[in-house]
Amino acid sequence: MNKELKIFAVVAAFTIALYWGVEPFAHSQMHAHVDGNGLVYDGKADIAYTSKDKVKAKKAFWADVKTIAALKGDVTAGEAGFATCTGCHMDGAANMGGVTPPILDHAGALYDKNYLIALIKDPAMAMNTDHKFTGTRTHPMGSIKAMMTDNQQIADVVAYIKAKKAGEVTPKEAYVESCGRCHANRYGNSTQLGETPKFKYKKDELAYQIKVLEEQDLIKAYMGKIPPDLSIIYRARSHHFLETFIENPQSQLHGTAMPRVGLSENGMHKVMAYLEETGDPSKPARDALGPWVLLFFVIFTILAYLWKNSLWRDLH
Amino acid sequence: MAKFEKASSIGEWLDQRIAVETLKKVMQTEYWIPKDINFLWAMGMVLAATFGILIVSGIFLLMYYQPHVDHAFDSVNYLIMTEVGYGWLWRHIHGVGASLVFLIIYIHMFTGIYYGSYKRGRELIWISGMLLFVLFSAEAFSGYMLPWGQMSYWAGMVITNLFSGGSLEAYGLVEWIRGDYVPAQAFLTRFFMLHVFLMPLMIIGAIVFHFGTLRIPHVNNQEGEDFDYAEAAELYKAGKVKESKVIPFSPVFLSKDVFVMGVYFVLFFYLVFYNFSFAMDPVNFDPANGLSTPAHIYPEWYFLWSYEILRPFSKDIGLILFAISQVIFFTLPFLDRSPNVAPASRRGLFKYWFWILLVDCLILTFMGKLPPTDPTFASIGLVSAVIFFALWIALPIITKLEKKL
Ligand code: HEC
Ligand code: HEC
Ligand code: HEM
Repeated sequence: MNKELKIFAVVAAFTIALYWGVEPFAHSQMHAHVDGNGLVYDGKADIAYTSKDKVKAKKAFWADVKTIAALKGDVTAGEAGFATCTGCHMDGAANMGGVTPPILDHAGALYDKNYLIALIKDPAMAMNTDHKFTGTRTHPMGSIKAMMTDNQQIADVVAYIKAKKAGEVTPKEAYVESCGRCHANRYGNSTQLGETPKFKYKKDELAYQIKVLEEQDLIKAYMGKIPPDLSIIYRARSHHFLETFIENPQSQLHGTAMPRVGLSENGMHKVMAYLEETGDPSKPARDALGPWVLLFFVIFTILAYLWKNSLWRDLH
Repeated sequence: MAKFEKASSIGEWLDQRIAVETLKKVMQTEYWIPKDINFLWAMGMVLAATFGILIVSGIFLLMYYQPHVDHAFDSVNYLIMTEVGYGWLWRHIHGVGASLVFLIIYIHMFTGIYYGSYKRGRELIWISGMLLFVLFSAEAFSGYMLPWGQMSYWAGMVITNLFSGGSLEAYGLVEWIRGDYVPAQAFLTRFFMLHVFLMPLMIIGAIVFHFGTLRIPHVNNQEGEDFDYAEAAELYKAGKVKESKVIPFSPVFLSKDVFVMGVYFVLFFYLVFYNFSFAMDPVNFDPANGLSTPAHIYPEWYFLWSYEILRPFSKDIGLILFAISQVIFFTLPFLDRSPNVAPASRRGLFKYWFWILLVDCLILTFMGKLPPTDPTFASIGLVSAVIFFALWIALPIITKLEKKL
């Protein structure tokens, strides 16, 4: 018996070494580890990784954001300013410069305060895609820069959003409002146009499909490619990758067309919950069933051991 | 025609017609196994059980899988994982089983090497075992194509490309294998056929053959001791079980197998429920896309050691060495020139040969997954590959020098 345990220890040691080598160790070598910024939007990484000539502008921009964040916003005054936003951001809005502006019904819950300030001040800077909008090319939401120039007004609008647009948000709403305009999710039955309705007639279905393709063409023209379907991205990437990628896409995929989505902690939590729901839906079932199956086999093993002992007892 | 009398029980009825009593004796109660063995001798039955699990889970998956390039990915990842009751469980069992079967095969192989269970009458056990290894490799590779993810596509591309034979540039052969210029519908359908029909069929045949080869030489034992089985069996049957060196396969040996299987199943199902990504690579959850090459292309862990033999050399040499490494283990019974059947610990230089081989294969496996761009890892890989072949060249020499025990 003693000898068998020793042999078992050798086999187990080699197996564990094998596992370590092909899993944790290999992954640590294959993917550069990127640290997130704890969902704090202060432009630190943007400044660190930008080209030399832009460092100054970026520093100044994020310093302004900090100044505005320190102002006390007036919720009531903000409501009037918010009307500027809903000119573009409304239910049934049309595609605008490549994407359809999302509804802002839960913007207060989904987005970080500093990020919203930055976004209104200069969307391209906030999203860290300013390198794309040079020359005559302007960001689809870029006109806001001219519409809202007063720091106090920005603070007011953000205060309003944080106070009035921060209701309870479901994982699905969080996903649709913050990722849905670019990413389809076929397992969640949605395209860039939102949830796909059921059609009675084939003709209507095809007409709808054409609308989807048209929308995707516009997005492709804007982004350079059609953003991937996110149905099962939760199993294709690690949780850590997704979080740091959403917080600052440039940190993981240098030069990528995907803009930053300035999610708050709550927003991130909800979006990830939705990605898990469509990408790894069996998690709850696994957690429920797993312990019972393991218990079964532990008991099986104990009984088998007793049986073996009863047969082997007299052999030696 | 034989004489048939009215049977008084179902057992008797069957016995008259297919001699179940004799069968039971031959295959169970009087199939003699040496007593002096450890749990490593249960690995063969663990393999058989895992193969059974793979067949059963595979049948369940087969009821919903769709071998079409446009539907394969979603039939696995959506239909089976979401819509089909417990589809996720069958899929995880199948994926984890396919990975663990190789872990056990490797343990089983190295057990055979350690105890010298491949010579003096046991050559065919070894060769049929190696045949199983090759068939299992083909089975695993063809199965890996089926979800039609990024790794399916690109591993399929890279591995079929090997058949161009380097500078031979036999692209016609590659196209013949693929049925197309690139992996596409024809490719998927034929690998589907291989995976669910031809390979399993051949594996079943090979398992029967493997079991058959065990019968006459009997399995080896911990000391490599050669004794008279008939005599030992008589002792056992006479009730002198303590003195006898053998035990019957069933139920005595089997009871230990079942216990070892129990321990194995606890690990197996722990992995199925809580830690499966080692067996289901994340990259394969991106759908196949011929226009976007993944940053790293690597095979499943069990092919990494031979992949690493391919990589560090120039195209042609790498290919030749890779081909040799695939078959070199077949030659073990003939390259080992020593007359001794004994555990490696008692066999002089062979002891070191064994452990170096084991560690070398482990290091090759580690390096096989790492990006080839890192010069340190690339050199470690190269050195390990050279050591691998040096070991095989040294084998006949050091075993020739070995003293007879
Ligand atoms: C000219 C039309 C327009 C106006 C006005 C406008 N937006 Fe936008 N907004 C857009 C478009 C278009 C996008 C999508 C941009 C993209 O994805 O590149 C967008 C995106 C957003 C996002 C999502 C950002 C992210 O990181 O995903 C938020 C939040 C937002 N706008 C808030 C506002 C607020 C608050 C206002 C008012 C102060 C406002 N917008 C005014 C057009 C507009
Ligand atoms: C304005 C459009 C846009 C929005 C909004 C957007 N993305 Fe993206 N996303 C893209 C584009 C474009 C790509 C492709 C990037 C590339 O390949 O360089 C992408 C790629 C990705 C990827 C794949 C990265 C990889 O490793 O290949 C993930 C994951 C992702 N997005 C998640 C999200 C999530 C989660 C959200 C919502 C919180 C979101 N995206 C919102 C445009 C967008
Ligand atoms: C799925 C594949 C396989 C199955 C089901 C299988 C099954 C078995 C079984 C049941 C035994 C007897 C019990 C034992 O010693 O474990 C055995 C013995 C053996 N197998 Fe396998 N085997 C497989 C693959 C292999 C491979 C890949 C090799 C090596 C190339 C191999 C080499 C041997 C040897 C040498 C023995 C004799 C062991 C001894 O005499 O001590 N087998 N196998």
